[in-house]
Amino acid sequence: MHNFNYHRAADVADAAAKLAATDDPKLLAGGMTLLPTLKNRLAAPSDLIDLAAIAGLKGISVEGKEVVVRAMTPHAVVATSADVQKALPALAQLAGNIGDPAVRHRGTIGGSVANSDPAADYPAACVGLDATIVTNQRKIAADDFFQGLFETALGHGEIITEVRFQIPDRAQYMKFRHPASGYAVVGVMVAQYGSKARVAVTGAGPCVFRVAEMEAALEKSFTPASVANIKVSAEQLMGDIHCSAEYRAHLITVYARRAVEAMVG
Amino acid sequence: MGEFGIGQPVRRKEDVRLLTGGGQFTDDIDLEAQVYAAFVRSPHANAKILAIDTLAARSMEGVIAVYTGQDLVDAGMGVMVNEANYVNRSGKPMNKPSRRIMPVEQTRFVGECLAMVVADTPEQARDAAEAVEIDYDVLPAIASTARGLDKDAPHVWPEFGENLVVHWEYGDKDDVEAKLAACHTRVKVDLVNNRLIVSPMEPRCAAAEYDTASGALTVYTPSQGGRRLQMMLARGLLKMAPEKVRVISRDTGGGFGIRSKMYPETVMVAFAARTLARPVKWRGDRSETFVSDYHGRDQINVAEMGLDAHGRASVLKVETLLNVGAYLSENGVRLPMEGGGRIIPCMYDIPDFYFSVKPMFTNTICTDTYRGAGRPEANYIMERLMDAGAQALGLSREEIRRRNFITEAQMPYKTHLGFVLDSGDFDGTMQMALDAADWTGFETRRAESATRGNLRGIGLATFIEGAGSRPIEGMRMRFEANGEVTLFAGTYSHGQGHDTVYAQLVNEFLGVDFDKVTLIDGDTATSPETSNGTFGSRSSMVGGIGVKRAAEAIVAKGRKIAAHLLQTDAERVVFEGGVFRAQSSSITLAEVAAASHDAKKMPEGMALGLDESVVYENDVENFPNGAHICELEIDPETGILEILNYVAVDDCGVVLNPFIVHGQVYGGVMQGVGQALTENVVYDADGQLLSASYMDYGMPRAAHMPMIEALFNVVPAKTNELGVKGAGEAGACGAPPAILSAVGDALSRLGVSHIDMPLTPEKVWRAIQEARVVTAA
Amino acid sequence: MDIDVKMTVNGKAVSGKVEARTLLVQFIREHLRLTGTHVGCDTTQCGCCVVHVDGVAMKSCTMLAVQAEGKAITTIEGLASADGTLHPMQQAFRDHHGLQCGFCTPGMVMMGVDIANRLPGADEKTVRHQLEGNICRCTGYQGIVEAIMDASAVMNAARS
Repeated sequence: MHNFNYHRAADVADAAAKLAATDDPKLLAGGMTLLPTLKNRLAAPSDLIDLAAIAGLKGISVEGKEVVVRAMTPHAVVATSADVQKALPALAQLAGNIGDPAVRHRGTIGGSVANSDPAADYPAACVGLDATIVTNQRKIAADDFFQGLFETALGHGEIITEVRFQIPDRAQYMKFRHPASGYAVVGVMVAQYGSKARVAVTGAGPCVFRVAEMEAALEKSFTPASVANIKVSAEQLMGDIHCSAEYRAHLITVYARRAVEAMVG
Repeated sequence: MGEFGIGQPVRRKEDVRLLTGGGQFTDDIDLEAQVYAAFVRSPHANAKILAIDTLAARSMEGVIAVYTGQDLVDAGMGVMVNEANYVNRSGKPMNKPSRRIMPVEQTRFVGECLAMVVADTPEQARDAAEAVEIDYDVLPAIASTARGLDKDAPHVWPEFGENLVVHWEYGDKDDVEAKLAACHTRVKVDLVNNRLIVSPMEPRCAAAEYDTASGALTVYTPSQGGRRLQMMLARGLLKMAPEKVRVISRDTGGGFGIRSKMYPETVMVAFAARTLARPVKWRGDRSETFVSDYHGRDQINVAEMGLDAHGRASVLKVETLLNVGAYLSENGVRLPMEGGGRIIPCMYDIPDFYFSVKPMFTNTICTDTYRGAGRPEANYIMERLMDAGAQALGLSREEIRRRNFITEAQMPYKTHLGFVLDSGDFDGTMQMALDAADWTGFETRRAESATRGNLRGIGLATFIEGAGSRPIEGMRMRFEANGEVTLFAGTYSHGQGHDTVYAQLVNEFLGVDFDKVTLIDGDTATSPETSNGTFGSRSSMVGGIGVKRAAEAIVAKGRKIAAHLLQTDAERVVFEGGVFRAQSSSITLAEVAAASHDAKKMPEGMALGLDESVVYENDVENFPNGAHICELEIDPETGILEILNYVAVDDCGVVLNPFIVHGQVYGGVMQGVGQALTENVVYDADGQLLSASYMDYGMPRAAHMPMIEALFNVVPAKTNELGVKGAGEAGACGAPPAILSAVGDALSRLGVSHIDMPLTPEKVWRAIQEARVVTAA
Repeated sequence: MDIDVKMTVNGKAVSGKVEARTLLVQFIREHLRLTGTHVGCDTTQCGCCVVHVDGVAMKSCTMLAVQAEGKAITTIEGLASADGTLHPMQQAFRDHHGLQCGFCTPGMVMMGVDIANRLPGADEKTVRHQLEGNICRCTGYQGIVEAIMDASAVMNAARS
């Protein structure tokens, strides 16, 4: 690992000031992606600004029709939160299957969302649960937030402070774990909001995406059969040494249908 | 047999230390004023090295030295050792390239060491390694085993004009083909035995220090016994007197075959320590270990078997391609012939046999011994053939095996390649497994799975192993004045529990308290002159019997001392339960041991002490065997497979400690599960390793298996006096074919006839899809 | 630029000067010379480096020493009682042959304690899934899973 300057931010404004004042800074949240990247010398930021000491960035609350998860909340806390389990069990279940227990103790929602790893789980939750990503500067709809492979709408100096999930009538997340890394090869979040449906897929493409055709079919009839024969084209999907794009496309259909099955159970 | 004797499930002596953080792995050892090494590795699979510019690196902060391959040549260093000498039937000797410690003109695999930096801190060494600039002329590369012998494949060693190392053959090809043609039924399999990353959990390390005054070099490294490394370092590489080179391995975090080998990094660390007269340490990253530890397996096998109408096999033809990598490692090229060749055609009596082996060079890291070392591959071939034969003839899988097993009445049974099977109850062992797995009740369970839409299968594999290779090993046993016993061994325990098992044997043979026995191994300064180390499931035989023979030597000398003290003739003294008796008088071994240190109490002219060294030598190995049954379920929609039940019945001969032997079985099975389901080395067409970290290489995890039911069918070996058969590698032989057999069973009704390891969900799903398409057509 | 760090390790206050890039595992191994915590990979997969930070399992290879400022760390060396009595998890690993070479063992034991703390009475399947981030190449996990289930029951009984 190349060396860097380390800063402990006292609050969000302090973090923003430090971001502005340094050459090539990176924010350090849980570090579950950033630190391995640095260890393998794949990046060499000049400064790391640690957000861990900012008390206001931790915690969960249910506010009306929203579950609010502040940015530095670890996955394990989301997974075991009684509030989340009650209001949005699919989110708790998703968080409880990220990585492994030690990773869940440190990895944070803010770090995961800001990274936009194509195989991360949280982007499927954000998009599938119609979340709003709140930063120190603005509110961004999840649909607009994830823009591509490791690309988000975040601007320079922008810091995620919380993620606000819309509580659905019901939702279900289904994931095919990568056999080596445990990341999502395909993860499908299906949610129902009254007459509206959302289907968000992570792992399969360069970035989380919605499957409009499935959503439309579910809005007509919220049954497993509605999605059972809807295929996503493999052309825009990723293939690697473990799973081809074609197989990923197949899994999307299977997992979407199974998610709906579990919901209508 | 007491609480700590042979056959008892004694808790391990070594555990408390390892459970409390007291292990002493190589990276845990700090040498005073040590400096650190880092390596510059080739990013290309095949490239001419045009220039290496170390100037910038040398001028960086903390950098002490930078060495290239040319520096080693200039320093008069030797080359890496390979002792294989095979000959083509034409009489042409094998192609045998010389391997420098670091190459000078050309690099031949990604990850090859091309330069070494030594600096004050590890990070300085790495920073400087990044600053070493190398100009390459990148050449086309070949990594694929399937394509390595193609006419248009780039040649790894152009001077040979081919990638073929040697074409080794056994038997008469024309005769075997004619006999195959005449058989009632012939079955053929075309198998990939996937390349694996061996991956002991301790990444490779080395540290060395040199004492200028005495000219003595000490090298710390994980190993499977240091004597061979010491000899290679001294004689071939560093050109020093062996007594001036000491190799120490305190704890080693897993071996599995590849930790017994010499690696360039180890030599370089020793060289730098000697050259700089400063302690030097190198701690490999896992990512370095992926590209530079020897890999395992990597064969393609095409095999045909001819049977009569009753399912009796009489003819076998096996043609093997083996990827040895860019160079000849110590043992890689030998594995089909001297590893698998020991046993093939495994448990079966097949009179006519043709065996062809074509090892090839590719632009990849070398392959070498990995748990089983050629025997898992041989068993895999035979078990797949037997399943194919059963299917072709409509026989059950157990029945076809039963009809072809070598029987106890045929033993001693000489194998084609000249090894002699002494014992084994193959049918009985298989029957135990069938009973334990409720084989006959399976169809009910299959039907139950079907109600959930899942495909259930059950698989059977029987296998034989050849254990106890290089059956010669020294052992020294010394009684201390306080009655405690110290053993000095050249075998080296790196997980196998020798501290415990050898102490059990001392307890058994001499009645010495289990807690009063200490094993010292992993140090060439104290290990017996004749020592080979721990590999090939050999330590129960060569080490165990070494302890027995040493105990006998102690008793022989002790008897003379006892006779002297009891004032009788040695012939009248009997030893039993730790006591020497002569009629009414007696004296304990502990008392004799104490007396042996007192010249006044010793017979005249007898050397003081009870300190005996022996060399155990056998002319044969031993042949553990077993039957494993795997039951699993497949979700046809995703191809995801779940193992539901696993029964392992092993004949490891006499079991010295069932607790420890079970552990060997479980571990071996899991490595076999890994090979069958998740593990696979993938190089791209340019020779870049794609499965280069645990993010991409699927190590088996706890959730891949249910609890294994492990049983023993004890058939003592007749060829060694403890009756033991090595247990270490059996599981890795049994699991892959058992799992493949089960998947074959689950999918056979769909018409899936062939699938290769690893059985990734996608592969299983595709096989099902393709079968359905064919069925529909 | 060296940074002062202070934390509690195995109940003792410790401090040191580290580079910003110094990992917690490096601080533990190289500064404190507590070498029971191991490094088995560089991608946060193997779990050989698991320690407890403020009572929960974390991978000390994926945490900077400066991030542990003010925290209470427990390593494998801090698990047994002062009189040498093994922690129930250590004892269970011994009783169930949950270790062979011993390299993954410290991380496995620390993860085992964490599992037992969080999920008392976890069944076999749960324990196996909870070990997703810990790799063992020797044991086939069988003794490890048995040990964690056994120790979990002992720890549970001691709590109640």
